[in-house]
Amino acid sequence: MTALIFNGVTCARGGRVLFENLSFAVAPGGALIVTGPNGVGKSSLIRVAAGLLRPVAGSVEGPARALLAEASALDMELRLARALRFWATLDDGDDPHGRVSRAIEATQLSPLADVPVRLLSTGQRRRAALARVVASAAPVWLLDEPANGLDDASVGTLETLIAGHRAGGGIVLIATHLPIDVPGAQSIVLGGAA
Amino acid sequence: MTALFALVGRDLRRAWAGGSVTYTLAFFLLVTILFPFAIGPDAALLARVGGGVIWAAALLAALMPVERLIWPDAESGVLDQFAVRGLSMASVAAAKIVAHWLAFGPPLMLAAVIAAGLLDLPGAVLLKVEVGLLIGTPGLAALAVATSALVSGLRGAGAVAGLVMLPLAVPLLIFGAGSIEGGFGAVRLLGAVSLLLLAGAPFVAGAAIRAGMD
Repeated sequence: MTALIFNGVTCARGGRVLFENLSFAVAPGGALIVTGPNGVGKSSLIRVAAGLLRPVAGSVEGPARALLAEASALDMELRLARALRFWATLDDGDDPHGRVSRAIEATQLSPLADVPVRLLSTGQRRRAALARVVASAAPVWLLDEPANGLDDASVGTLETLIAGHRAGGGIVLIATHLPIDVPGAQSIVLGGAA
Repeated sequence: MTALFALVGRDLRRAWAGGSVTYTLAFFLLVTILFPFAIGPDAALLARVGGGVIWAAALLAALMPVERLIWPDAESGVLDQFAVRGLSMASVAAAKIVAHWLAFGPPLMLAAVIAAGLLDLPGAVLLKVEVGLLIGTPGLAALAVATSALVSGLRGAGAVAGLVMLPLAVPLLIFGAGSIEGGFGAVRLLGAVSLLLLAGAPFVAGAAIRAGMD
């Protein structure tokens, strides 16, 4: 497995430079936490890492990624397990059904597997989106404010999942303004100038 | 490729389950019913203008779902997830065109049979209308998806969509309605316009979706 590498990445949105010449590498098993005040470019950094936002300069390299953003990308009218299976079957790797059931279990959503996504609460939907990332089997997890809307127990679950993914050689990139305990993570604080 | 088939299947299921197919067909039939009220119950006159009426109604019905083709998926992060998985937005748009046509073209052709009954169209005319719809609706579906991508996220997207889409659909209307009386030349021109829209729309829509992600 290879590392996730930012080479001198500069990101601008609406004519405003959010961050400039940002370089870092996260090795397999590593994690990076991006913090900073609102509007400083944390989410943009995640979107650049996901390849959704083209950087003005520099490049991003790394293996396949899974993205947890603000929107869950799960079809509201489908039952949770089926909505997750839609994405799991599109990802590389065998046994999408098994991966989805394990991910549902790991995010403690088993009692809700047959409930339509639209009936889930904010926190449950957040965990469902996390289950989508867990089930993807992608080496790199990009988590944008993963602790938003989660209760304390669920934040604990999130920390356990991140630790488990890293133990298996995975890479985690987290943008957050809430404290998440990720032992031995690198850290970037964006936005002195803003 | 699997991803694109999965997307076509998903969009089709949502179009049927979400009622978008039913609304579009109901609207199409409603517009065709309006014409006898406006023109009067002169059977000979209705039979003469009927083919054109069906084409105009098809065009208006094609506008109905335009607001819902791209924006919900952009908002819910579905398009982002496809992009993260390395799919080009042009191919996603192409899959959406296929799905939209499947949910719109064949049902519309069925509804045209009912409309022909309401307007008392002769069988030969109905056959020409159906052939025209078969050739023209794929172009109409492509235009709808491209328009939907262009207006995605705008306030009052529905109104803007009409202003963008209807002028571009005029060639389809001219050659579609023209093929009823104009013969094979008009059918060929209809096919050419439809192909042009089909070939260009995925790239226009893809670029518009991509621009919306920035």
